[in-house]
Amino acid sequence: MKFGVIVFPGANCDRDIAYILRDILGQPTRMIWHEDSDLSDIDVVVVPGGFSYGDYLRCGAIAQFSPAMRSTLDHAQQGKPVMGICNGFQVLTEMGLLPGALVRNRDMNFVCDRLPLTVERNNLLWTQGYKKGQIITIPIAHGEGCYFADDDTLKALEDNRQVLFRYCDMEGNASEAANPNGSLNNIAGICNKAGNVLGMMPHPERAADAALGNTEGCNTDGLALFEGLVQSAMAVA
Amino acid sequence: MFFSVCTPVSNAASAKSHAKSYNAKVYVTLRPSVLDPAGKAVRSGLNHMGYDNVSKIRIGKYIEVDLTAESESSAKEQLDKICDQLLANPVIENYRIEVLEAA
Repeated sequence: MKFGVIVFPGANCDRDIAYILRDILGQPTRMIWHEDSDLSDIDVVVVPGGFSYGDYLRCGAIAQFSPAMRSTLDHAQQGKPVMGICNGFQVLTEMGLLPGALVRNRDMNFVCDRLPLTVERNNLLWTQGYKKGQIITIPIAHGEGCYFADDDTLKALEDNRQVLFRYCDMEGNASEAANPNGSLNNIAGICNKAGNVLGMMPHPERAADAALGNTEGCNTDGLALFEGLVQSAMAVA
Repeated sequence: MFFSVCTPVSNAASAKSHAKSYNAKVYVTLRPSVLDPAGKAVRSGLNHMGYDNVSKIRIGKYIEVDLTAESESSAKEQLDKICDQLLANPVIENYRIEVLEAA
């Protein structure tokens, strides 16, 4: 399974992801400069976190027009996997690959924390490395991560079971107290209707290497997402 | 730079000899259903300053755009597209455009 990681001016999680994919998981991984448009050799496109184009105007607003993202749109429309993490999630909503928008956190703070999430379903490419209902702990770091959508969109998301991760307490309750940013329905990550496009505010790549100290005990909660992806490729091959 | 990637409007007047210059004002505001924590914080600041009569603050964006077009309606049409494509996000924002012929 070959991964492509988009590199924007202002991206800052691109190398973290490449390190997990290439060095920890041994997968072929290519960095794709935002001005490149050839994704023909890529299986999974990763849109990383950071501050693409300085996040001017709105987070992720300008990145959507880059040649690499125009090709990512085609890639997604062909049903191939695309994942956006943090700023990448914002880019994917801005370009309409995912519904809704990410707005300023409820309490105006930049939230940098390590929080429990529930895995809402595990029968998708993105979450098959987890158990259904599993509580995982993944770092977040964002100022504009409050998920917003109008009532109809939100209802469709829930009806179609497109919510993959929700902020929760240690017991797995998606309570208001466990909601770090005011996201509607405690939404931390969603997929599109077809399931091939994932967007999430938490950073699984930051909880995937024991050396970083983010994986207490044997907890490699973020790694399981990427391992699940790789295993699915092996199953197909 | 990024504007060059957008599909140019077919009747873009820049190449035509009778193009006129326009100054546009674009007001981007949050939809009523979207929370505005920044506006809330500013309102609270004003209340602390003694302005007890201030009950609501909503913070938006004001954008000035200079452009050329065949006519005012053509300028307006292009600005609508520019707003829909980039200047505003229709999921969370509304916009209003004022177009004036440049002096």
